[in-house]
Amino acid sequence: MKFGVVVFPGANCDHDAYHVVKHVLSESVVYLWHKEHDLQEVDVVILPGGFSYGDYLRSGAIARFSPIMHEVNKFAKDGGLVLGICNGFQVLTEADLLPGALIPNTSTRFECKTVALRVENTDTPYTEKYAVNDILRMPIAHGEGRYHADQATLDLLEENEQVIFRYVNTKGEPTTEANPNGSLNNIAGICNDQRNVLGMMPHPERACEPVLGLSDGLSLFQSLVNQQVVKV
Amino acid sequence: MKALVTVHYKQGILDPQGKAVQNALKSLGITGVSEARVGRHIVLQFPESKKSEAEEQTKNACEKILANPVIEDYEYELVENDQ
Repeated sequence: MKFGVVVFPGANCDHDAYHVVKHVLSESVVYLWHKEHDLQEVDVVILPGGFSYGDYLRSGAIARFSPIMHEVNKFAKDGGLVLGICNGFQVLTEADLLPGALIPNTSTRFECKTVALRVENTDTPYTEKYAVNDILRMPIAHGEGRYHADQATLDLLEENEQVIFRYVNTKGEPTTEANPNGSLNNIAGICNDQRNVLGMMPHPERACEPVLGLSDGLSLFQSLVNQQVVKV
Repeated sequence: MKALVTVHYKQGILDPQGKAVQNALKSLGITGVSEARVGRHIVLQFPESKKSEAEEQTKNACEKILANPVIEDYEYELVENDQ
């Protein structure tokens, strides 16, 4: 399984993602510079966290026009696996590869803490090593993570079971108090209709090693490694 | 010719920055304000363009990048540079 981590100017979690793939999973991984047009035959594209283009205009708004995004867009539409983490999620919504948008947290503050997430759906290439209702602990670190979509889109996401992770309390309940940013329906992560594109605000790549205190993100990457690769 | 573009959240989307501004206004004694909303103001210069061309390009810019139609509305005004 070959992974590619896209490097935008201002990305700052690219090394974290690279580290997990290479040193924790022992899989092959390359960096994909944003000005390139070649995805180097990777099987999974990771859009990492950070502040691409300084979050100018809106987070993700400029990055979506990077040369490499032309290829990522085509790769995703052909069924390729694309994981957007934090800023990567914002880029995916701006690029219309996922519905909705991420807007400033209701607190108006940058929220940096460990949160609890409930796994809503395991029928995706990203979550098959979890069980439904598993409660995961992962860090969040964002100022603009409030998931928003119009009611019709939200209804469709719920109906199609495209909500993959939800913010919950320690009992697994999606309460207002457990919602760190004001996301509608406590949404922390969604996939597209075809389930090959996943966007999430929490950082699974920062939760893959017991030495870091959190390891609930590892199963996400292991689920990916487990996939039968379909070359697109 | 220049275009004055304003982008703001659609009505119904909570604008926490606007809320914070409104609270600040209240604490300053400016109490007649029922709501404050914060948006972005973008000025595009079109030194060579005719008004119709500038308008077409402004609209295109708003739809493609300056505003995100999922969450934002935009409006613009085209004015001569000496205005």
